This record gives sequence, structure tokens and C-alpha cells, in this order.
Amino acid sequence: MHYDAIIIGAGMSGLAAGIRLAYFDKKVCILEKHSRVGGLNSFYERSGHNFDVGLHAMTNFVPKDVKSAPLPKLLRQLRLRVEAFDLSQQKISVISFPEKSLRFTNEFDFFVHEVEENFPAQIDNFQRLLKTIFEYDELSLKARPVSSRQVVSSFISDPLLIEMLFCPLMYYGSAQEEDMDLAQFVIMFKSIFCEGFARPHAGVRQILNVLVNKYKECGGELRTQCGVQTLKTAGSRVKSVLLENGDEIVADNIMSSAGYLETMRLLSDLDTSRLKSSAGQLSFMECILVLDREPVEMGHDTAITFYNNSDKFFYGRPDSLIDTSSGVICCPNNFKFPNPLPEGIIRITNMANFDLWNRLDGQEYKTQKTRCLDAALKEVVKLVPDFRDSIVFTDVFTPKTIHKYTGHINGAPYGTPDKVKDGRTHLDNLFICGTDQGFLGIVGAMLSGISMANLHVLM
Amino acid sequence: MTREEIQSTILDVIAGIVPDEDLSNLKGDVRIRDQIELDSMDFLDIIMELRKRYGVEVPEEDYMELSTLDGSVVYLEPLMKDS
Repeated sequence: MHYDAIIIGAGMSGLAAGIRLAYFDKKVCILEKHSRVGGLNSFYERSGHNFDVGLHAMTNFVPKDVKSAPLPKLLRQLRLRVEAFDLSQQKISVISFPEKSLRFTNEFDFFVHEVEENFPAQIDNFQRLLKTIFEYDELSLKARPVSSRQVVSSFISDPLLIEMLFCPLMYYGSAQEEDMDLAQFVIMFKSIFCEGFARPHAGVRQILNVLVNKYKECGGELRTQCGVQTLKTAGSRVKSVLLENGDEIVADNIMSSAGYLETMRLLSDLDTSRLKSSAGQLSFMECILVLDREPVEMGHDTAITFYNNSDKFFYGRPDSLIDTSSGVICCPNNFKFPNPLPEGIIRITNMANFDLWNRLDGQEYKTQKTRCLDAALKEVVKLVPDFRDSIVFTDVFTPKTIHKYTGHINGAPYGTPDKVKDGRTHLDNLFICGTDQGFLGIVGAMLSGISMANLHVLM
Repeated sequence: MTREEIQSTILDVIAGIVPDEDLSNLKGDVRIRDQIELDSMDFLDIIMELRKRYGVEVPEEDYMELSTLDGSVVYLEPLMKDS
């Protein structure tokens, strides 16, 4: 079988790339290792409950009349209408530190006002920072890495405000520990603060269904439970793709969303001196709690809470199984849905150490999951009404789970800190899209697939 | 295809890419991008749609010819007259 393009991975970026290629009559096949699509943004069921992985909220929400933002751009590229995603906007979110809280909605002026109320001495500095952010071309594929900590602290002189700005932006997409590349910072700042959060009523399933249907409608082929064994190279090209089931297929171009290093490890003649990035270290534990009532009934109406329990925010791999000193509390119910969700859900995300989790097995792994869940809950109920008596079902996934289902080294969902922005590898017909190309979040991932397909295959 | 058919084809292609834009008052002699919101990705999609639907190849150096509706019709007429 000979394809114009093979795409490795049926996540957001792979599916978006696939739609572009199939729409323009390329013969394209997406290979997905697992039985279901989604990759880092997938879904599962436990005891009749439907859960999402990845997606807390879709970022980049803009009103329908805004046309030049990432979300409408990608919808046009995919020939989809925004209604297809069935998005409802968040109620309110908050960055919660011991001394201060900054709330934000999908109205950017509200956030600017919050900064002014809480940090009156910083508002002029903040406005100057905004000017720099708005003038920055974060989508340039050629920009050199710049420390956003340095840039932000050249404008803002109150360290607490700096920490509070970084907390949500890092949690929602930084592959780098303790700092972010300026381009990534600007992408996240715009997608979270300037644009905003929304969710489909059916969660990530809605988005994935729309993408898969569109892809198939355009004539694309999707093979699930179809892992790649080896990318066989000859000279400067990938010559064929050997599948885990023994089949061998051939394509002019290969786009891989498996991650940069993960893709390089598939090469038949990997020369490690050619590797141009290091493995990501950031991983997470997530606790999903099903409640017997809507969180709003207990007085919790916040969609996403980013918390840190001291004035200094640490973003990096912890020395312990999990770090509960900061985290994200997501309540999928607290979006303005026309109808309520079937059940109350609270999700808690904390940074976690892959190596420590990976050493655990059997009963000890289970015991530690329970212990960490209790520790996470204990910290969270200091910030939201104590809902522990309302929990009817819990599920916990760890860095080990993320590694198992996504293949990402170290269970690091944000991949390598050294992004491959132009998607090129040392091989002429092998390209990287998705997380390791460097556009972040669900919208970023789809844009990544689209722009890499446009740049390397269609043009 | 006649000039009128080519013009309605172009409008149809644009409508497929930016379905929410009102194209009924589009002026023929003014840059399309000055009249409706169309970014460079959208513009490239017009060219790719023409290739997909009619096999018309527009080389990059000729992209300027397609900046207005009238210009597009004139440029495409010899390429699409047998479509």
C-alpha cells in the first residue's frame, strides 16, 4: 500500500492534519496505537461514568464575530462550523494564592480590572507587558527561545503578581520547568486570559467525534490498534513504516505526533548524536471525583481554580510522588451549559514524579494512589467547600498511566522543552506535529497539525 | 465556463471557506481582503480549492492576480474556459 502521507497518532494534531490532507485529495492513513482516538486528550469509562483525559477546558474561546483568532482560523481550515463543537463558556476561574486571588472570565477587561484592584501599583507595568504581548508574533516558526520570566520581570516589579500570572500558564502547557519560552508564554496568555475557557457538553468526545467524522467524510483512512514498530530509513528518507502487526506500508511523507524523541526512537538507524532535544520531566497525577450533587449546590461555582499555597510558585518535577503545594481544580459542571451535566465532577491535577511512580507495582501502587488522593483532597478542601462526604466514585491516574496510554517519555504530556517549531527532522520526509512542534492546548494541537500539513505536504 | 460562471465559482469557493461572510456586495475592482476578513491561510485555501475542484494550478508568482474578483476572473478565464 502506498500513501501520500502517513500520520502517526490520532490525537488532536494528527486528526486535524489528516482532515487537511484528505480534504485536498491526498491518500492518507492515520495509525493509532490504541483502540480509541484522542491521544493526550482522550476519554474512558469506569463503572458507567464517562471521564475525559487531558481536557479540563478548551482554551481560545472567542465570540462568533471574532475571525482572526486561532479557534475560528482552525475551524475555517477544517471546513467546520463552531456549532459543531457545542461549546459553552466558563462561569469564572481563579488564580488563588494565600494573600491574593485573581479571578478571570472570558471578558479580558474583567481580568485587567482584577489585576488593577489587587495590584494597583502594578497596573501601568501590566499594561506595558500587555503591549509587548499583543505585539509579539508567537506563531513565527523562526523565533529564538527567550526567557519569559526575564521578560515579564522586566515589566512587573511585584514578584507575587509574576508568580500568579505564571501559575495557570505553566500548568496548562509548559514543558519546561520553572520558566517558559516567550512564544509559549504569549500563546498561553492569549489563549487563557485574552480569549477564554469553554467546554462541549459531552466533553472531549464531542470534539473527537467531529474530527473523526470529518476525516472519514473526506476519505481518510484511520487504523486503530495499529502501533508503529519501526520507521525504516534509507539515506535521508523514511522508506517504509513497519507496523507492530508485521505489515509494512509506504508513504511519500510521514507526519508524527508521537513526540520528537518518541518518533526518533522508532527509526531503524537512530543516531543519538542527531537528537536535538531532551526528554520532558513534567508529569501529573489527576484525581477524578464523582459527586452525588452539583458542586454549585455546595457553593462552588468556579470552573478552574489554579492554586498555590505559598507566595512562591514552583513548577517542576517534585522529589516526592506528588506535590500538593500547588494544583488545578477543574469543575466541568461550572460552564454555562443549556442543560446540566449528568453528574457532579471535580478533577484535581498535581505535579508528580514519573520515576517514583514507575517503580511502584501492584498493591503498593494502589496504596500510594489512595494516599496521594487523600493528600490532594486535604489541600483542595482548604480552597473549595469540603465535598468529601459527597464523593460517590473516584478514579486516579498517574504519570505511569499517562506513559502507558500515550507513549510519552516520563509520562510528560507536554513533551520535550525543546520544541521543533518548523516540524523538520534530519530526514527529508519525516515531520513532527502536535505537542513537540510547540503550539499548545487542544486548539494549539489542531493548529499544529494543520500548519505542518500545509507547510510540508500541501504546499 | 463563461466569465459569469467563473465569477460565481470563485464566490462559491470563498463562501465555502468563510461561510459567515456576506459576499453579495463584494466589489469586483477592490481587493477582496479589504472587503471581507480573509487571512493568508484563507487565501491559500482559495488557490487550493481551485486546484482540487478544477485542476487549476496557480503558481505563487501569480497570486497577486487573484487579489480582486475581476482580476481573478480575467486570470482564470483561459485556464477554466474548458471546465
